[in-house]
Amino acid sequence: MEPYQYPKFTPEMKKTHKILIPNMAPVQFRILSAVMEQAGYTCELLENCGSQVSELGLKYVHNDTCYPALLVIGQFLDALASGKYDLDHTALIITQTGGGCRASNYIHLLRKALVKAGYPQVPVVSLNFSGLEKDSGFPMTLPFLRKLLAVIYYGDLLVSLKAQTEPYEIRKGCAAALQEKWLDTICGWVRADKGYTGREMKAAMPEIAAEFAAIPVRRTPKVKVGVVGEIYVKYSPLGNNDLEKFLASQDCEVNLPGLMGFLQYCIYNPAETARLYGGSFLEKHVPDLMLRFIESMERVVIKVLKENGYHAPLPFRELVKLSDGIIGRGDKMGEGWLLTAEMIELVQAGYENIVCAQPFGCLPNHICGKGMINKIRELYPQANITPIDYDPSATRVNQENRIKLMLAVARERLPQQQEESLPALQEPEKQPSAVQALTAAVQSRAQDGNQTAKRAKAAV
Amino acid sequence: MKVGLDIGSTTIKCVLLDDRGQILYSTYERHFSHILEKSEELLRRIPVQFPFAAAAELAISGSAGMGMAESVDIPFVQEVFATRVAANRLVPGTDVIIELGGEDAKILFLTNGMEVRMNGSCAGGTGAFIDQMATLLKMTAGDMDAAALQAEKTYTIASRCGVFAKSDVQPLINQGAKAPDIAASIYQAVVNQTIAGLAQGRPIKGNVLYLGGPLTFSRCLRECFDRTLGVTGACPENSLLFVALGAAFYSDQRFDLNQVASRLRERGASETYRSQPPLFENQAEYEAFQARHAKAAVPRVPFGPDYAAPVHIGIDSGSTTVKLAVIDQEARLLFTDYRPNLGNPVPLIREVLQRLYDEHPALHVASVTTTGYGEDLTRSAFHADYGVVETVAHFAAARHFLPNVDFIIDIGGQDMKCFKIENGAISNIFLNEACSSGCGSFLQTFAQALGHDVREFARLGLFAGRPVDLGSRCTVFMNSSVKQAQKDGASIENISAGLSISVVKNAIYKVIRAASPEELGRNIVVQGGTFYNEAVLRAFEKEMGVEVIRPDIAGLMGAFGAALYGRGKAVPGQTSDLLDRKALADFRQETESRLCGLCGNNCQLTVNTFAGGGSFISGNRCDRPVTGKADTGQRNLYAYKRRLILDYKPVPGKRGKIGLPLCLNFWELLPFWHTFFTRLGFAVYHSPLSSRDLYLKGQATIPSDTACFPAKLAHGHIQFLSKLGLDAIFYPCMTYNLDEGLGDNHYNCPVVAYYPEVIAGNCPEIKDTRFIYDYVGLHRPKDFTRKIFDILRRYFPDISKHEIREASDAAYAEYAHHMSLVRKEGERIITQARAEGRRIIVLAGRPYHADPEVNHGIDTLITRFGAAVVTEDSISSRVEKFPTTVLNQWTYHSRLYAAAKYCCEQPDMDLVQLVSFGCGVDAITTDETQAILQAGGKLYTQLKIDEITNLGAVRIRLRSLFAALEDETRKEA
Repeated sequence: MEPYQYPKFTPEMKKTHKILIPNMAPVQFRILSAVMEQAGYTCELLENCGSQVSELGLKYVHNDTCYPALLVIGQFLDALASGKYDLDHTALIITQTGGGCRASNYIHLLRKALVKAGYPQVPVVSLNFSGLEKDSGFPMTLPFLRKLLAVIYYGDLLVSLKAQTEPYEIRKGCAAALQEKWLDTICGWVRADKGYTGREMKAAMPEIAAEFAAIPVRRTPKVKVGVVGEIYVKYSPLGNNDLEKFLASQDCEVNLPGLMGFLQYCIYNPAETARLYGGSFLEKHVPDLMLRFIESMERVVIKVLKENGYHAPLPFRELVKLSDGIIGRGDKMGEGWLLTAEMIELVQAGYENIVCAQPFGCLPNHICGKGMINKIRELYPQANITPIDYDPSATRVNQENRIKLMLAVARERLPQQQEESLPALQEPEKQPSAVQALTAAVQSRAQDGNQTAKRAKAAV
Repeated sequence: MKVGLDIGSTTIKCVLLDDRGQILYSTYERHFSHILEKSEELLRRIPVQFPFAAAAELAISGSAGMGMAESVDIPFVQEVFATRVAANRLVPGTDVIIELGGEDAKILFLTNGMEVRMNGSCAGGTGAFIDQMATLLKMTAGDMDAAALQAEKTYTIASRCGVFAKSDVQPLINQGAKAPDIAASIYQAVVNQTIAGLAQGRPIKGNVLYLGGPLTFSRCLRECFDRTLGVTGACPENSLLFVALGAAFYSDQRFDLNQVASRLRERGASETYRSQPPLFENQAEYEAFQARHAKAAVPRVPFGPDYAAPVHIGIDSGSTTVKLAVIDQEARLLFTDYRPNLGNPVPLIREVLQRLYDEHPALHVASVTTTGYGEDLTRSAFHADYGVVETVAHFAAARHFLPNVDFIIDIGGQDMKCFKIENGAISNIFLNEACSSGCGSFLQTFAQALGHDVREFARLGLFAGRPVDLGSRCTVFMNSSVKQAQKDGASIENISAGLSISVVKNAIYKVIRAASPEELGRNIVVQGGTFYNEAVLRAFEKEMGVEVIRPDIAGLMGAFGAALYGRGKAVPGQTSDLLDRKALADFRQETESRLCGLCGNNCQLTVNTFAGGGSFISGNRCDRPVTGKADTGQRNLYAYKRRLILDYKPVPGKRGKIGLPLCLNFWELLPFWHTFFTRLGFAVYHSPLSSRDLYLKGQATIPSDTACFPAKLAHGHIQFLSKLGLDAIFYPCMTYNLDEGLGDNHYNCPVVAYYPEVIAGNCPEIKDTRFIYDYVGLHRPKDFTRKIFDILRRYFPDISKHEIREASDAAYAEYAHHMSLVRKEGERIITQARAEGRRIIVLAGRPYHADPEVNHGIDTLITRFGAAVVTEDSISSRVEKFPTTVLNQWTYHSRLYAAAKYCCEQPDMDLVQLVSFGCGVDAITTDETQAILQAGGKLYTQLKIDEITNLGAVRIRLRSLFAALEDETRKEA
């Protein structure tokens, strides 16, 4: 059998082709799109969604392939079929991790699907850091990498600031508008080839955080939910049925650990691999240098968040240690040990209610997600983790019902957590009076604490 | 006044409480998915009966109540939470609650760290599952409970989801197992499922409370739980109403109930669901469609009492129905019979045959051919002349209607079969795997659930204006989609049409996985009882964009094809061996079930004994109970591999005892590690071949119920080792496998690589034994020696570098020797098969597929068909690395591609791929392997295996493969 010769993305195509980008993390990827434009590519971040996306995926990809592959490929095919693009001058870009998980094969599945669906001419660019597909006309240069890092940090910062402000804002919509404003500004910088050096970021980030901090808020206690999981369903609203929005509608504060953590994890792993199984000096130490470089930026983000009264993620070096005694850092497929470490970080930081999101049948998450929950609960009994599977036919009702169960437990604990600052409740069986006392107490702290207090009472 | 409304997946519960919390009124009713209407009605009923409660505090709970509650602004309480609120108040001191609902299963641990567990989205329904099984047994849920009390024994039934279990239960029924035993087995399956899926290692003890419909109604189910858990659980008063009670206790906002009811009505009026185009635009279109299909009719001739010409009888004993066709020498139809199978096909067929004899005194039967699930049983019961695999029977029938047919799709009651025809032979077969449902009985189950007869239900959909878009997946998922559509105001007509369309989509995209209709062919015959349903037929034509032939005997094609087959085989003047009038009149069938006991497999045999001394045994994995002779495994490389592995025995050593679990990659690395540790002075013990019992012992600690079965077995192996009093259990994490130079990389799959982490995190047994699960790489031998030294020194400080070096040299050598033995024996089997003119089947999977509990004896089954069986790793080294269209990065899978490639060059060698359910990696490898084989002009056969023990579908597939191969050989000759 002659292997199919897929079309390569040649350097000339930079001028002639428009690159379509799947929308994994809406905020970060918007800046990424600007970076690519600045580098001379024409690109477009795909926004198409709807049932036809997963249907096209089902039609052209093996049905047991994981959901992200179905969605990403479905989204591409849907876009190509829309008539909006000149098919001879369109290219696609997809990330490839190169690890032992199925995800490294997405690009091949995409290529197969393109042929099957009648777009054999459309080239696919692999965005990876593992040296796969070196022959593509999409070189990973150092300056470009430098910009990518900035993209991710700005993105993570904006996501974190909005997530910690929005639930508490007095005038609804302020945080979202501010995030929008800054996204426009940052994209503008990037297109003008500035804003991404360490110095510029150090100047810009405090300003951004300060503006968010200036939004008038009322910090009533809310259920804090962390989201971890397979990277696509963790971030993409298309993949997780708008999980963030749903959690927001349930009056929660949501913490999605940043994308940078995943990047750092990808950089860290080769060194760990060399340490575990043997490897060259370079293999062992180059990643360290890179991590140290990233660290300088990480410090800025953490400092800015803290100084403005926000919760900041742990530095990667600390995060790494959290997996000690729980999961080996040799587990590097999919999200691997990082996912477990993130769960622990969240629990320690008070985001003890966690949605662990994965595609149905996700292989790495059998280990680092579902497989570790027991152990985490042993160490942190307060951890309230619910694994949720995503799949073309898993219904929202089912998923939301399970999340609601997790939230019900969380709400019940919310007053316990505040108990130190509230008058102790006696005789829990006498509901009405106890509830009123509790309600009153919460209300006296904050006018709009209603919702929470009411939920809380079922606990009594 | 407080009102709690609990809207579950199949029932609706409502309670009205007075101010002291006493129940004034309560109700428990099925809602037949009329969720909005039913809720509205209940809310109006209360003020009528209790005028003082017109305004009351109200809260809604239940899986189906969520969206609805929010849309009309009524507080919603998550149902598990509501259960807890109620239990805390009504039954204080409860430790654990087990609640089974229509589709959900829940366990609540209330004391010592509150925890709630709910079944995952795959685990399927429990109440709905029991209903489904009861329907299968032709019983009501009540009958089934009563029957189960009479049970003498239980069979193993896959407990993962309804669809799986169905494929276990159906063959039991067909083989004549006793209904009480099956009923009891179903309850036991539910218990196993609940414990395995939900307890996840946490012991269930103390005061246990049973709640929900199934546990309230079925005494047998409660006893099953009691027995399995070793507790005495209680089913409290109002056990059906706990969720509703919890909602009522929780309610605190006052509503005018009539007003809420009106709001529900308004919402019901708005159709917000996703829809698709109607099946028929207008009546004219429908009439043209009917006229066209009326043409595909088989000629019929009268079959009078004096009919004396030779006739051929075809009997199709299917999963849910028995079909019989009688044709004359010209293939004209004389007589047909079609009836539901009622569990045991034999008496039904006897009745029909008797009728034929009675009504046609001059009857001359030239041949009788049986086919379908019950082929063997029927054949031996009535002394039929021929048996034919159902795919071949269907093909024969389809060709009769459309000689140039190139695609046949048959949707029956339980199974779906599609085959592509190339050059007059079946070139590719698609059967629905255990996971994809969507067949006839699926529509029937839904019709019943919605309170309709299946025919009438289908008709409703024909002119539906906005059919619901339900996607394409398994029944369990479909239930919740239907529920959602109902809530969104979809009418029964639109749901009916939507279900018909989903059956078709399921067939095309899930079973066949076609991208375009052209791919399937243009000359299509559709058959199977489900295609009598005009909505399904129409949906199929619309989805495919092609006009198809649906014979007027669509439901009888198997029987008709079997009769045609017999007509083709029979020599002129032949008289069938069929039981004559007298023998048929005296016919008796006795069914007995017993354990075989001739070998360690201990198969559960069903023995049918017929008057006249004939008997038929089913349930056996090998021919030993039939022939009395043991299988020598001479033509079976899998058997050889097992022998090699089991030959590694512990040798007493100075350092103590170490255990290795015989699961996943140890199936290949045991020679390595056994030698390594033996040399280091350990007595090396390994766990035995897996068994059902071993699995069940470990199942409670499995954290992810969707992981593959081979991985889940690891828990049982660890459990076994933990009882041996060992000094350590060794099970290393291994990101990388050995590099055999066949791929772009040499990873293990994530599950094989890191499953020891899951064991360490979830199995309490390892707390008593030292569990060594460090990360180890064998792919760099020099580094390995250094690294393993550092690792082992932490546990055994006296080990020296020198010892390690020697041990590891010996281990690498032993591993190489083991692999060479496998290759050598493979060579021998191939040579011998060639000398004897046998077909060679490469049963390709992973090393751990050699475990008989994993492969369910498929290797032996193939040798029973007369072929020789070799493994992928015995031939993969015979090809050079070659380019693939996927990233070839897993060692085990590289062998698979290489073996497929090698097969293409061998005319007498064919590949059958074993795929473990839930193996995500195989979603990629199956397509690639198929592509390699097809490019080489070979058939591709895939067998999906899980914990299921039913080999029915596997047998059909294999027999079809052999039939197709024979056909090919005949043509070439």
